[in-house]
Amino acid sequence: MPISRRQFVSTAAGVGIASVAAPRLTFAQNSGPIRIGLLAAKTGPLASGGIDMELALTMFLKERDNTLAGRKVELIVADTAGVPATARTKAQELIEKNSIHCVIGPLAAFEALAIADYLTEKEVPTLGVAAAEDMTQRHPSPWFVRLTSTSAQCAYPLAEYSAKELKYKKIVTIADDFAYGHEMCAGFQRAFEDNGGKIIQKIFTPLATPDYGSYVAQVKGADAIFLGTAGSNGFRFLRQFIEYGMKDKMAVIGGMTALDESVLRNMGDEALGILTTSWYSAELDNAANKVFAPAFRKQFKYDPGYYAGSTYLSGQVLEAALKTINANVEDKKALMAAIRGSNADTVRGLVKFDDLGNVIGNVYIRKVTRSDGRLVNSVIKTYPDVTQFWTYDKTAFLKNPVYSRDYPPAKNLEP
Amino acid sequence: MQFWIIQGLNSLSLGGLLFLLASGFSLIFGLMRLANLTHGAFFMLGTYFGATAMRAYSDLSIWTVAVWAGVAVAALGGLFERLVLTRLKANPLGQVLVTLGMSFIISDACLALWGGDSIPVPTPRNLQAPTRLFGFVFPTYRLVLVGCAITAAITLYLLLERTRLGAMIRAGVDDAQMARAVGIPVSNLFTIVFCLGAGIAGAGGVLGGPILSAYPGLDGDMLPLALIVVILGGIGSLLGAFIGSFIVGFIYTFGTALFPELAYIILFLPMILVLALRPQGLLGRQGA
Repeated sequence: MPISRRQFVSTAAGVGIASVAAPRLTFAQNSGPIRIGLLAAKTGPLASGGIDMELALTMFLKERDNTLAGRKVELIVADTAGVPATARTKAQELIEKNSIHCVIGPLAAFEALAIADYLTEKEVPTLGVAAAEDMTQRHPSPWFVRLTSTSAQCAYPLAEYSAKELKYKKIVTIADDFAYGHEMCAGFQRAFEDNGGKIIQKIFTPLATPDYGSYVAQVKGADAIFLGTAGSNGFRFLRQFIEYGMKDKMAVIGGMTALDESVLRNMGDEALGILTTSWYSAELDNAANKVFAPAFRKQFKYDPGYYAGSTYLSGQVLEAALKTINANVEDKKALMAAIRGSNADTVRGLVKFDDLGNVIGNVYIRKVTRSDGRLVNSVIKTYPDVTQFWTYDKTAFLKNPVYSRDYPPAKNLEP
Repeated sequence: MQFWIIQGLNSLSLGGLLFLLASGFSLIFGLMRLANLTHGAFFMLGTYFGATAMRAYSDLSIWTVAVWAGVAVAALGGLFERLVLTRLKANPLGQVLVTLGMSFIISDACLALWGGDSIPVPTPRNLQAPTRLFGFVFPTYRLVLVGCAITAAITLYLLLERTRLGAMIRAGVDDAQMARAVGIPVSNLFTIVFCLGAGIAGAGGVLGGPILSAYPGLDGDMLPLALIVVILGGIGSLLGAFIGSFIVGFIYTFGTALFPELAYIILFLPMILVLALRPQGLLGRQGA
């Protein structure tokens, strides 16, 4: 078979690159810095969170002079653009080109789902940020842990709080029409109704909703409305909600991303008094956060929120794990075991993992108040050691289908 | 009853917003046969300008800001048309690609400049108090937006039908070659119309700001709406864009209120039906 000149050139180039790269690969596996790959959406609609993830992790490493457990660290940040296919490409690049030792991120559930199998196949320890329930429930991976929360994990305490302490009877939920919104509302509904409340209306809005006016006008009379939204959508909905005079008629409560610090810093007095739930608040009163939050605020002029907290937290858990294995990241199994066995004291308080790799940690009920002229999420109640199964029996929980738009079915909807 | 009145008003206000968005697109498409995919980005740029200006100087009126943002975006559009698009005159595919590329550039530039957070555009202070109608409240600004759209429609109509520039534009729309032959500087006309279309988008972006806020991805959310309106209303017809805006406003509002699960179907199905049954659009001319 004759070989064309082009084929010859490309083959020769390929061989050349391979011969240069190959010795470096073998070398890299034995010593050199610890290479951490961060998958963060730095462009596209999710950029705000992704940028915060990078800022906080960079800050974490800088505070330690880029050294963890006595070994230098190299951080490689890949921009997933909030697109699952891009996340997949970038993950591959991080592993095959940068031969990283562990991954932090990605931000969004659909990105995480797109790369989960690949990371498992390549046996890369992953400290996830995305909330998709099943990644630590029906489809866990030995190489994946989550330090933040499943979609519903933080919603349960708020549901109980609403029913028991606020005595709400009827609640309307509104959320983005994708897995995160479905799962969060489903969990909230389950815990709220188990405590005697009723979800009388569930509204899911498309991710690209030009105008929330028509949704605001549909909201039925209730004690409160639960915002299961993330990013700009919840923010825009809330503004419309207020402009239609609805905030005088019912209370507003929100899930863990609804009034994130990044949303709050662009709001005014209208946000005051709104209750939300999360595993983090810049206002948390613990030793680690008292160092982190003021330092972050000083450097970037705003409060850290969900996303900044998530990577700083990942850094802390990783550091603790590296210390127990003497920074021998080449032993991936030992690293993963150390992470899973971690009992690290972090910016969100003490965290540990269940056997499926999901975090067990405090969840906080927070209220928007004003402090030093800016809006903050002050903690009003702590639910200690919340698991992804809340008070439910794990075996029975896992036998049910994963939370969705219609599961568990809403029996108390008003026509 | 209240449901129908409120949703009716919502439909009108969304229609008004859509007209501010789509009229510029319709104008450019009608005259230049150019599907300007940068249009959503121009709109977003207007919103960001508005948000920045009004947050920095709280006593600026939204109308002044809209005019200046419109001028700024028009200037940018003019540069883009002169420097790039003129080189791609007989190359529709190239035009589509380059306008799409330009929209990516603008949205990344916005992200770099303004960051990823949603930035609200404040509602004008004197319009913040809700209007009370028969015992329920409705945001005053939304009603004013309908007025803006009608004013813009009338102004554009007068410009196109009653001025010499308008006559030249219409001649260009009808038959560019013939217009060139009778001495109309079609090339300059193209630039003027592109500036005008971009400027309306920029001003519309400011006026839509109090409802939409400025956020990354706004361009991608708005561009398909402009396309739907123009395809529904008919290519090159300002009246078509006007009617199309309000039809889409009504269909979307009532559709999402009555069948919330079908939001996208409700939005796109009418467009598909129109394309299948009347490809030139409701008011488009046959063979145009």
